[in-house]
Amino acid sequence: MNPMPTNPLREMINSKDYILADGATGTNLFNMGLSSGDAPELWNKSAPKKIKKLYKDSVDAGSDLFLTNSFGGNRSRLNLHGEKHRAAEFSRISAEIGREVADSSGRPVIVAGSVGPTGEIMEPIGSLSYTNAVEIFHEQAEGLKAGGVDVVWVETISAANEFIAAAEAFSLANMEWCGTMSFDTAGRTMFGITAPELVDLISKIPNKPIAFGANCGVGSSDMLRTILGFSATNNDIPIIAKGNAGIPEYKNGDICYNGTPQLMGHYATLARDCGATIIGGCCGTTPKHLRVMREALDNHIPGIQPKLEAITKALGEFSSSSDGTDGNAPTRKRQNSRNRRK
Amino acid sequence: MSDQDDDIVLSELNDEDLVAQMFDDLYDGLKEEIEEGVNILLGRDWAPYRVLTEALVGGMTIVGNDFRDGILFVPEVLLAANAMKGGMAILKPLLIATGAPRVGKMVIGTVKGDIHDIGKNLVGMMMEGAGFEIVDLGINNSVDAYLEAIDREQPDLLGMSALLTTTMPYMKVVIDTMIEKGIRDDYTILVGGAPLNEEFGKAIGADAYCRDAAVAVETAKEFMARKHNQMATNA
Repeated sequence: MNPMPTNPLREMINSKDYILADGATGTNLFNMGLSSGDAPELWNKSAPKKIKKLYKDSVDAGSDLFLTNSFGGNRSRLNLHGEKHRAAEFSRISAEIGREVADSSGRPVIVAGSVGPTGEIMEPIGSLSYTNAVEIFHEQAEGLKAGGVDVVWVETISAANEFIAAAEAFSLANMEWCGTMSFDTAGRTMFGITAPELVDLISKIPNKPIAFGANCGVGSSDMLRTILGFSATNNDIPIIAKGNAGIPEYKNGDICYNGTPQLMGHYATLARDCGATIIGGCCGTTPKHLRVMREALDNHIPGIQPKLEAITKALGEFSSSSDGTDGNAPTRKRQNSRNRRK
Repeated sequence: MSDQDDDIVLSELNDEDLVAQMFDDLYDGLKEEIEEGVNILLGRDWAPYRVLTEALVGGMTIVGNDFRDGILFVPEVLLAANAMKGGMAILKPLLIATGAPRVGKMVIGTVKGDIHDIGKNLVGMMMEGAGFEIVDLGINNSVDAYLEAIDREQPDLLGMSALLTTTMPYMKVVIDTMIEKGIRDDYTILVGGAPLNEEFGKAIGADAYCRDAAVAVETAKEFMARKHNQMATNA
């Protein structure tokens, strides 16, 4: 493959020790009046000022990188809202607004084109074929590219084949990319993938991501355990940590995440010590959190990699005792022994 | 692994060993083997209801527990549920014909704006595995779709699922509308989905939050038992 032209995100990684990403799109849009069940992507067209404010709030809070409002902007998800033919259009507009905010910020800011899961299960267990998955991702990547994103950024993925399909689609769009999975089930993804297994998966992908990692999931403690799992096996690809601001609670008719800005500041510095280069939040992370994270990271003197005990002491208990990588994961002793037929 | 492991002949196993093997085959998601096992047991004059509860429900309980405990993950559970469905397809008409006890009926669906149906499908399949009748509304359901379905189906339970932080508040919209219409207390409402937790379930007025499909089945059974007791007391 020909070497790609220099990418702004690569340049930023080369010139900075760490990069502060943004918070979450969905939960922040709620705070701006999005009603539950509506597609956030429709606002790219109908309320672009709000999307601009969403991006600008992150940049003003100190983010070096933000994701576009296009998480559910693929054909398969937009179909729910009767807008499946507008995947490329919505994605392009989300990127154009992002480009405008980044370019007028007066400093280098990366616009990353968010690509969420298709929401479908792939063959052979589900019905979505690999070819169709690639096509869905490709369509969206082209839209984001046309809107001027610096990289495309697939996130919240659970299944290996969906991750691979996205990577192939990005290659077809000739775009550099980042990718994160969501580790929310006993330290693994919903489909059972452990942190080291993602590292292994990436080693087999021909077009390597600029950075990879984890987003969303359970709490910040779990997130850091996952980052340690990457660090233990990863060679040289920068690691992304985008954890939720605690867990959701329902107060006075609103969803609130219980992680304080201080907790997220602490999480950010620990994430760096665990080996993450791109650090941000996910659900529940507001500009308020980002400001504290920016300050905490800027004042942080890098320390040694924290042990699991130090993480739980600072951020709270893990959601499961094992993450499937320590040999202590529960197993079932089988009684009968028919060979597994695949 | 030796070759002889493949030589298990289901029809040569006694009842006990066959059921144990069916537990294993369900665990491994072997649909054809499960169908064969069900037919063998029926051929040995097992009542359809006994095949359902002892072989299929028994096996799916193990799958459910291991899913809850982080031993099995979504792909394995989907395969197991698919194998169970194969067995259920044989049993269903027989269960109706023999007037087997009805455990309960549930209307289930993912809320508006949410495409995710993995969790909901798992709950539906495990509930079916536990003998419940399931009416699956699919994904992306509006308040009206839920109301219409419960009016039409008159279920014991309503199950709602959401996987996104952007869609979970919609469950409250549905429950609030049911309160407005004065029908909230006619149904047991169970909610589930990755971003949810017990406090959320309580706060929006659901009867229970179920963290996974196994818990959903247990909770549904509990509520049905309570309902039966109440009916017995009132009678």
